[in-house]
Amino acid sequence: MVREEPHPAMDPVREILEMHERDLGELLQVLIEVQHALHCVPDEAVALISDHLRVTRGHIRGVIGFYSFLSDTYLGEYVVYISDNITDRMLGSDGLAIYLCNRLGVTLGKTRADGRASVHFTSCTGMCDQGPAALVNGLPLTRLTRVRMDEIAKLINARTPVDQWPAEYFRVEDNFRRSDVMFRRTPEPGAALKAAMRRGGDETLKDIQYEEAVDPSSGHAWRRGADETLKELYRSDLRGRGGAGFKAAIKWETCRDISAPERYVVCNADEGEPGTFKDRVLLTSYTDMVFEGMTLCGYVVGSSRGILYIRQEYWYLRPHLEAVLARRRDSALLGRNILGTGFAFDIDIHWGAGAYICGMESALIESLEGRRGKPRKRWPLPVVAGLNNRPTVVNNVETFAAAAMIALKGGAWFAGHGTTHSSGTKLFCVSGDCDRPGIYEYPFGVSVREVLRDCGGLEAQAVQISGPSGTTITRLEFDRILAFEDLSTVGTFMVFGPTRDMFDVVRNFTHFFRHESCGLCTPCRVGTSLLASLVDKVAAGKGSPMDVEQVQKISQIMKTTAHCGLGQTAPNHLLDSLVKFRGDWDKRMVTTEFVPAFDLDAALGEARALTGRDDALAHL
Amino acid sequence: MSPDIRKTFHLDGVEIPFREGQTVFDAAMAAGIYIPHLCHNPDFEPHSSCRLCTVIVNGRPFASCTQPAVAGQDVKSDTPELNDMRRSLTEMLLVEGNHYCPACEKSGNCRLQATAYALGVQYNHYPQFFPHRDVDASHPEIILDRDRCILCGLCVRISRRVDRKNVFAMTGRGITTTIVIDSPSGLLVDSRVSRDDEAVQHCPVGALMMKGEAFKVPIGERRYDTSPISEDSVAKFQAREVRLHG
Repeated sequence: MVREEPHPAMDPVREILEMHERDLGELLQVLIEVQHALHCVPDEAVALISDHLRVTRGHIRGVIGFYSFLSDTYLGEYVVYISDNITDRMLGSDGLAIYLCNRLGVTLGKTRADGRASVHFTSCTGMCDQGPAALVNGLPLTRLTRVRMDEIAKLINARTPVDQWPAEYFRVEDNFRRSDVMFRRTPEPGAALKAAMRRGGDETLKDIQYEEAVDPSSGHAWRRGADETLKELYRSDLRGRGGAGFKAAIKWETCRDISAPERYVVCNADEGEPGTFKDRVLLTSYTDMVFEGMTLCGYVVGSSRGILYIRQEYWYLRPHLEAVLARRRDSALLGRNILGTGFAFDIDIHWGAGAYICGMESALIESLEGRRGKPRKRWPLPVVAGLNNRPTVVNNVETFAAAAMIALKGGAWFAGHGTTHSSGTKLFCVSGDCDRPGIYEYPFGVSVREVLRDCGGLEAQAVQISGPSGTTITRLEFDRILAFEDLSTVGTFMVFGPTRDMFDVVRNFTHFFRHESCGLCTPCRVGTSLLASLVDKVAAGKGSPMDVEQVQKISQIMKTTAHCGLGQTAPNHLLDSLVKFRGDWDKRMVTTEFVPAFDLDAALGEARALTGRDDALAHL
Repeated sequence: MSPDIRKTFHLDGVEIPFREGQTVFDAAMAAGIYIPHLCHNPDFEPHSSCRLCTVIVNGRPFASCTQPAVAGQDVKSDTPELNDMRRSLTEMLLVEGNHYCPACEKSGNCRLQATAYALGVQYNHYPQFFPHRDVDASHPEIILDRDRCILCGLCVRISRRVDRKNVFAMTGRGITTTIVIDSPSGLLVDSRVSRDDEAVQHCPVGALMMKGEAFKVPIGERRYDTSPISEDSVAKFQAREVRLHG
């Protein structure tokens, strides 16, 4: 093996590597830290990481290429990512991006010649209720304006370190506008765990010996508590809050009952669906509830290891999350001897690096294992063979918080709220054209109209439920209800006022899916690109009815043949729009005849660039 | 239940026997029924990425190359709707890369070309992407032309599982996904690849080829010039069945 010469610029990489075990599962975490330290992952770093983790350079380059926040080229001292969600755009983010580029003298996506800065677009940063938003060197900027962009450009040009910028720039609000039974009062840390353990019949929880406790046949109160808690979870009928609505109790029981030397509890905080930000608020202000729900899951299924997989857009929460974990360890709510029972469970934080697909549970597990976030084959399910091929419970942040409350207050209490098939309450992330954007908690079964009334958005012409992969609702449908029986949702609720052009929404969503398709399967990889080009063609006034037919056909192919939910749901918004907002398409159609997609003049652009010509004669 | 009674499922109304653990794809091919496919090579583990082998199992679509056969299930494969989708998926692959069949050394031995013929692809309904992709001709014996790659991942899987060299990997995401080489320079010549590697023998298209061998067999006498891919695939699969299971 050829040894690399020591490279002084690589000292930070060596320091980072010293902090990590020689395990492939550490790869993404190492790459993220290197990216933060050097603002790129150069070839020299790849070589060092390859040596340390004993993984090929090819694999490392493959991982760098997959995640949006990793780069093999230098991005500059200041790296700005402008949130490109439709709600940010409606607040003027695209104009602000161009404005900042002009102030800094950079081209979008290119690093300034002096290496000072670069400006990029990124998918939704989860600040939709306080946009336009951006990230600078990993930290969130909210409520951006032209004035703020002027100030930011000045700070960058003066090389003022980001930690010396005014704190106001980085202020993130919870905007918790309505709470119901679940998030009214936060329970004491540990209360839910104690309640769960006491369900076994031992009120005191004293004198429990670990050896006794872990033997399920002993029927000891401590073990019985876990079984009783699972029964409460069944009674609650809690369904996964990530959108799919799978019953949590079935997942937990399946995981518990598979014989395996180890099993895992994973909290999915990837929250990549544009317009979604409830997990950010839960991990900010209900952090204990989430960690307690995970610990409870470990107790019920017999796992000692929990992992919080969180999107990098929330990197600023790192000190807070670490502090809460440390406090819980100090109060025996995590660690080797939880509440003196001998139950051992701890939680690690694992960061994502900018990939919507990693919200899909099997892709998330691939990412945890240090690979490209590519969804796995349908079978086996992660609950049977997930992380490291062990049984793995993957639940949403909100699901774990709900599980903690169920342990505390009982399944019947929980099932007493909501509807027949959607028990409990749900958090809704309201953004867009309304007076009071933010987080709203309602029992399942609330109507779209009621949410609109409360947030001051009754004027809306449309609401996008559950993000770009969800459903577009028009005024005629505002009495539909938010529940698994009708509109199932991760909680995203984007409001579009009466003057919005709904075609702009379609275009934004179409581009989002092209950017986020993982590239594994043909229909999604090529289909999302074809759809984006077709929509762009219509936007350019060159659309024809044949293009609309093509959109419908490609959509159908994707829905039927795509490998995973991303590709299967990516065309939903287009099909909705073609039925419900056809006028916004038709007004762009200048002809009823076919217009070719091939643009001869545009195709000559490369030749013009090569010859340095742009005069009239160089055009058609 | 007597072990003599073989389990079966229905494929387009025909009763298909299967062994425990067999996929829908394997059982169908063993029974002589061709299901179009590109990313799958029965000698290696399935990948279910090209999606051509999608079938409808009890009313729901699944990739047959990874879907376990279950007794009594109703499978539909040779339907106008599915064949139309397969044709479109093939067209998608044809426009995504730069495929110039008349000038390609692989013509006649190319599974993409042969599958397009089998499905009746007449022309591309989609605009060409004309991507800019790197050609790696650095190696004295092997050439990697990314223009013709359909991202089936066979070279990646075989190099990892069979050759145990991990020469190939995927990088990029979505439409920018490409093959990357494990070597300091990122070039094949600096990698551990060799002409004897299984990974370089099974490329279904003209992306990974041996230098100096392109025209040893003249066009017109090549594999799919002499028999259609449907017959060739089934015959090959059945010979393999006999070899492995008697």
